[in-house]
Amino acid sequence: MIALDNIHVVFGRGTPLEKKALSGVSLTIKEGAFTTVIGSNGAGKSTLLGVLAGDVIPVEGSVRIGDADVTKQPTAARAGRVARVFQDPLAGSCGALSIEENLALAHKRGQHRGLKLALGHTRRKLFREKIAELDLGLENRMTDRMAMLSGGQRQAVSLVMAMMAGCDMLLLDEHTAALDPGMAEFVMKLTERIVGAKKLTTLMVTHSMRQALDYGDRTIMLHGGEIVLDVEGNNRRNLDVEDLIDMFRRVRGQTLDDDELLIAE
Amino acid sequence: MSQIALWGAVELGLVYAFVALGVYLAFRVLDFPDLTVDGTFPLGAAVAAVLIMAGVNPWLASVVAMVAGALAGLVTATLNVRFKILNLLASILTMIALFSVNLRVMGRPNVALLSVDTMLTPFYGHGLRDFMVRPMFLLMLAIVALIVVWRYLESDAGLAMRATGANVRMARAQGINTDRQVYFGIALSNALVALGGALFAQTNGFADVTAGVGTIVVGLAAVIIGETLFGTRRILIALIGCVIGSILYRIAIQMALSSDSLGLQASDLNLVTAVLVTFALVLPRLKRGVLSS
Repeated sequence: MIALDNIHVVFGRGTPLEKKALSGVSLTIKEGAFTTVIGSNGAGKSTLLGVLAGDVIPVEGSVRIGDADVTKQPTAARAGRVARVFQDPLAGSCGALSIEENLALAHKRGQHRGLKLALGHTRRKLFREKIAELDLGLENRMTDRMAMLSGGQRQAVSLVMAMMAGCDMLLLDEHTAALDPGMAEFVMKLTERIVGAKKLTTLMVTHSMRQALDYGDRTIMLHGGEIVLDVEGNNRRNLDVEDLIDMFRRVRGQTLDDDELLIAE
Repeated sequence: MSQIALWGAVELGLVYAFVALGVYLAFRVLDFPDLTVDGTFPLGAAVAAVLIMAGVNPWLASVVAMVAGALAGLVTATLNVRFKILNLLASILTMIALFSVNLRVMGRPNVALLSVDTMLTPFYGHGLRDFMVRPMFLLMLAIVALIVVWRYLESDAGLAMRATGANVRMARAQGINTDRQVYFGIALSNALVALGGALFAQTNGFADVTAGVGTIVVGLAAVIIGETLFGTRRILIALIGCVIGSILYRIAIQMALSSDSLGLQASDLNLVTAVLVTFALVLPRLKRGVLSS
């Protein structure tokens, strides 16, 4: 179970540019639930993700992941609990290292790293099998540098990396936003398959309202650093993108500009 | 170039191979431009020389020199990690401070290591000329150092260090304490450089406070020559490239200085070095430019 309790995050505290990114967000996510998060730019989506990942330490409130209070733990200390795929395909893996070296890094996520060979025979075989499951032909390019791969291939490998070691929760940060439609579709299907198979507790931030409703079993909308919508079950099934846009408009108290209509599809 | 001069160039190249390995760790693995080495090299020489003159076993003296080098590296890493000083500036601060430290360690600008036993003494007089024994001894040590560094970089721990240099955000997300990687990596790098200094003192018979000027450039030159000739794809190849690059660099310098037609003299060394390194840096770019146009 993931529990955020009364989270407050303030950036640039005490300066003229002070900004409240999250004000009093409380959120409980059940074990194995797949939650999607939407909201406009500056709503606090990334901050929420950062609070869970450890990149952002809240000024107030507590964060529990699984059975541990991780409120004050920096990213590296809680990496054993949190797996993550970034929006930027370049951010989640090392371009200078090979595919198999990246997998070896992920294989030991959050664990002690000793003097054992990172790429022994058995590990190489295991990594090859994992990559072969993607069906992208990458298993024949295990020693290629990650930088040689396309954005979509990198995201697919990043998903495999996220699954290499156990975790209490998977964070997806608009992980298909930088991909072309075909590859985005592929990565989303892959995500659904992996999350479904492992019953992973997952939080996916997305810009696409379509995606937010099509995937997962719960959707929350952030606005101005607060949760303004939280639907699941039948209420959610009866929602469509039009309804979401309606709600969006209502919380903002203004008509949507073209930009936001674009991302509705 | 005479045979003795050639052996001498190889010998000096092998001494600086340790510097090259250290510079590779800092610059290439951790992406940390570390100028501390200009102070660590004479520090290693000074510590080893003073201890050996005081009657300490030369092997032990060299180990202590390495520890001193590691500590100097830790100072730079602390300035950068703990106090957020820009890495380049942090290393320059330590380097400047080490000049005074080295003078304190020696008590005077230079210490001669004459008529005392060094690490090399037991190997002299077994049929080989002294000027051949030194490079062979150094080659053995360099191979040991190379294997240790190689094996480390191929381990889980070493991979964590490489990830820290390649993508720090990703490294943290994988649970790697990147601060600790910088501390350890820069300490290890400077320990190797200090070992180079300790060997320099023992093969040349003296330690001098000015011996460190340009160490970083020489180390970098070796790394770049190795990369240009052997590529960067595999760790082992890159490390071997560092060692061979260091030797080739010394031979090139020796040839430039001993060729009468060029009219160069020993004091032109720094200028020749700078030109050579610049050339090695620009060459890959020029090659690309020619190919694309």
